Amino acid sequence: MFNQHSDLPFERDQSTRFLPWIVALMVFLGTLMFAAALLVSDAVNNWDTTLTGRMTIQVPEYEKSTDDTQKLAEALQATKGVSSVRIIPDAEARALLIPWLGEGVVGSGLPVPSLIDIEIVPGSKIDPVLLQERLAEIVPHVAVDDHRSWLSALITLARSAEILAFAILALIASAAVLAVIFTTRSGLAVHASVIELLHQMGARDAYIASQFQIQALMLALRGGLVGATAATIIMLFFGWIGRGIESAFLPTLSLSLMEWLLLLLVPAGAIVIAMLTARLVVLRALERMP
Amino acid sequence: MLRFENVGMRYGVGPEVLRDVSFALAPGSFHFLTGSSGAGKTTLLKLMYLALRPTRGLVHVFGQDSSMTPRTELPDLRQKIGVVFQDFRLINHLTAVENVALPLRVGGAKHVDVDSHVRELLSWVGLGERLDARPSTLSGGQQQRVAIARAVINRPRLLLADEPTGNVDDRIAVRLMHLFEELNKTGTTVVIATHNNALVEKFGYPILNLADGELTIRGKLDSKGAS
Repeated sequence: MFNQHSDLPFERDQSTRFLPWIVALMVFLGTLMFAAALLVSDAVNNWDTTLTGRMTIQVPEYEKSTDDTQKLAEALQATKGVSSVRIIPDAEARALLIPWLGEGVVGSGLPVPSLIDIEIVPGSKIDPVLLQERLAEIVPHVAVDDHRSWLSALITLARSAEILAFAILALIASAAVLAVIFTTRSGLAVHASVIELLHQMGARDAYIASQFQIQALMLALRGGLVGATAATIIMLFFGWIGRGIESAFLPTLSLSLMEWLLLLLVPAGAIVIAMLTARLVVLRALERMP
Repeated sequence: MLRFENVGMRYGVGPEVLRDVSFALAPGSFHFLTGSSGAGKTTLLKLMYLALRPTRGLVHVFGQDSSMTPRTELPDLRQKIGVVFQDFRLINHLTAVENVALPLRVGGAKHVDVDSHVRELLSWVGLGERLDARPSTLSGGQQQRVAIARAVINRPRLLLADEPTGNVDDRIAVRLMHLFEELNKTGTTVVIATHNNALVEKFGYPILNLADGELTIRGKLDSKGAS
């Protein structure tokens, strides 16, 4: 009989018409921002595990000999904290230069140093200076390339970008809260006479607040669906555009299933924020009634 | 049931609209509240249905001091009070049935429990054919009857009506008064604010008369019949 209706005629409330669009915009921006933060986080983790967990030892071309390289490899293998040692073949080392110098570098007589790649046991710390001093006893001008030294600045930058993304997300949530507060207060003013009537009939504050809460849920749900759908389309589009990009340093423009599920937290959060805000605003306003 | 002790009421810094009002209504009694426009009838009714708290003095409703009762307990008291407003205050987007069912819904009743009850009451007040009509499509008299049905649907212990017969013809007015009397017979205390002297004389119940914010009483307040 009456369960389909709210006691309050929200459909006649003009101010509520904009809330779904505001929520849609917030969810759209929030989802993109969260996705960007996740992509940066993925890239940082990737750099952290693949690059900071290894070092490269270079033997200058003028000092390189198969014997010395082998001795260095043996010394490295015996070093505490080193999990694996791989002497990079000359052809592979030359192939690393192809992106910059072209295919001709492979058969050329260009001097290329010998490279030894070592992987470090996770959690172990090897001092690159001490290691270099020890290896220099075998080959005087050997160089230890610790990726961490230059990567740490990049990681710091990426982490800062990540924090900034979450800060913007918080600002977007705050703007959503303000929009709901404005809409709810407007609704309280528009429906003051019906609220007064319900109050007089003995309606508890929670009864009246729940009607605003359900209204906020419906509006935010509509907005959240629109915003999340639009953001998904944009992300799929950029993922499609960026599918050909392959680089160790650029973040991949694809998210895992778990990350897609995490993104659902944005519309879900917007809905919860809208409901709670509406409820608290109404309860606070009703407290002023006798 | 209802007791006022030296009650004074003013709005803001304005003059007192009620001064030293004292009376007590016994459970199951029936009264008229009379007075010219601006005499303070609506303010007195608002104090009775707990929409206002007095500026001074004590208002006891169902044995509880309204000023001292915690705010969380007031809804329970209000649910025992039925009010017929002068301007009806029907909710326009709800049907007649939904409007009348509202106090039951507010009280937490399930609609299956009340549907037939609401329809029966609306039929009794002559609106059996307009159950699903919106208030805007009803005449003034029909709206008034919906408002009355809404006030009595949950068998309140105290019924307050502000000019309940103002928009209906004499035949319907008498019929509505009989409805109030029926309710009164079941133990409900009834206070009817009215300008209709003929009705007051015809039914002869005790009168609370307000003039310039002061109350005088005609008839015995603990009596159910005429003075």
